[in-house]
Amino acid sequence: MKKVEAIIRKSKFDEVKKALHAIDVNFFSYWDVTGVGNEKQGHVYRGISYSTSDIQRRMISIVISDEFLEPTINSILEAASTGNVGDGKIFVSDIQDAYRIRTRENGTAGIN
Amino acid sequence: METALFTANNVWMMVCTALVFFMHLGFSFLEIGLTRQKNTINILFKNVFIICTGLLLYYLGGFNLMYPGDFNGYLGFSGFGIQLPENGLTPDYASGGYTYWTDFLFQGMFAATAATIVSGAVAERIKLGGFMIFTIIYVGLVYPIVGSWQWGGGFLSTLGGENAGFHDFAGSTLVHSVGGWAALIAIYLLGPRIGKFSETGKAQAIPGHNIPLAAAGVLILWLGWFGFNGGSVLSADPAGTSLVLVTTSLAAAAGGIGAFVLSAIFYKNYDLTMFLNGILGGLVGITAGADLMSPNESVIIGLLAGALIVLAVAFVDKIKLDDPVGAVAVHLICGIFGTLAVGIFGAKAGIDQFLFQLAGAGATAVFCSVTAFSILYIIKKTFGIRVSKEEELEGLDLHEHGMDAYADFRLNQH
Repeated sequence: MKKVEAIIRKSKFDEVKKALHAIDVNFFSYWDVTGVGNEKQGHVYRGISYSTSDIQRRMISIVISDEFLEPTINSILEAASTGNVGDGKIFVSDIQDAYRIRTRENGTAGIN
Repeated sequence: METALFTANNVWMMVCTALVFFMHLGFSFLEIGLTRQKNTINILFKNVFIICTGLLLYYLGGFNLMYPGDFNGYLGFSGFGIQLPENGLTPDYASGGYTYWTDFLFQGMFAATAATIVSGAVAERIKLGGFMIFTIIYVGLVYPIVGSWQWGGGFLSTLGGENAGFHDFAGSTLVHSVGGWAALIAIYLLGPRIGKFSETGKAQAIPGHNIPLAAAGVLILWLGWFGFNGGSVLSADPAGTSLVLVTTSLAAAAGGIGAFVLSAIFYKNYDLTMFLNGILGGLVGITAGADLMSPNESVIIGLLAGALIVLAVAFVDKIKLDDPVGAVAVHLICGIFGTLAVGIFGAKAGIDQFLFQLAGAGATAVFCSVTAFSILYIIKKTFGIRVSKEEELEGLDLHEHGMDAYADFRLNQH
């Protein structure tokens, strides 16, 4: 089992969500984060212009069986990309085990 | 008339002026509360712009366009700027009700409210520049011209001869429908927000980000209506003002209950935002005839207006128009209802009056739709009236203003 964590643009979230549902990945968590990176956003406040690289992003965390790994990564890469600096990152890690709390199943039965 | 009475009248009118001004705060809160946090600065900017420009335009020429003195009944203008007439500070000016300055300011506060109605309907997707141009033309010209037809002594006020004609006590048609028609045309030309309708055309919910603020806004608006209707008596006459305050508040209360009950029956839940919209519907509904209705009739009008709100909101969704704050339902639908109610209930009820009301509502409908459509269509075809998809998704605050309404405090978005 693998965990795929993706930091994406907030404006791309709906597209990514749709793309994941399209490949039958229906369970994940997400939360808003502030990210620091290469993209800069221009702001103005009471006469002071400033550029910030602290930008609102969305983090998605998905745990899937191994055979879903490539489709998931490809969907996110497709849906979340705009071609501009600041599109985000995807991280893949190994998951030791997963449980479904309601039924107490574990292993791949616990996530699909 | 003795000075004390003149002073008392004028003081009441000035207090009402301040209360109507205060309604802008109510509109701002309501609009912010029912839209998403990423557009909050933009909404406030539009509202503050309307307050400032509206008053300045009224001072530059709106007042004299609305009250041109002797004119042909359709279009007249008595000059730019405001000049104190000879009797402007005496009881001679307005039957001792108020001075010229009070007259200007009280009416000036009404002018901007017509544009505010539009700002709620077009929220979250209109281009700021286009909106500002539209506001200047609509508040500067269209609102005063329609007002002149009735309050300025124009053709609507004498439809049935010297003393009989259209009756619109505080502006169900002249203020609320004027704004309402523009709102309807605007949302038609603008299109719905991204995500408001699914691919199959089903309406989706886009919940507002601050319901407490929306509730505060409606209660502030109710308070402001004490001045909006109370001041339309145009003096501090105890009989007139005290009755009007009663009819106004009863209609507001009944409007809320009407909307709450009907929406609970239809949707099987207790929706605060419907309750709040219902209060406003009742207020708009009584505004045309607050001086003519008995308390019982006010309650009936309120209940009907509240019920209409629920139906109207669903109808607007059904015809695939996106109205984030229910402006069309509250101001247009209930504005027309309140106008027609003057011919059905109250001291002037009767077929003749009903026809006058229909005429007034109709003339306003045609003039406002045509002008609003022309202005917005031209803006749409030249500068464009809608922000780009990316700007809309990331928020107008970031793209039109480069600012954050809640820089230090994040609310999670859906």
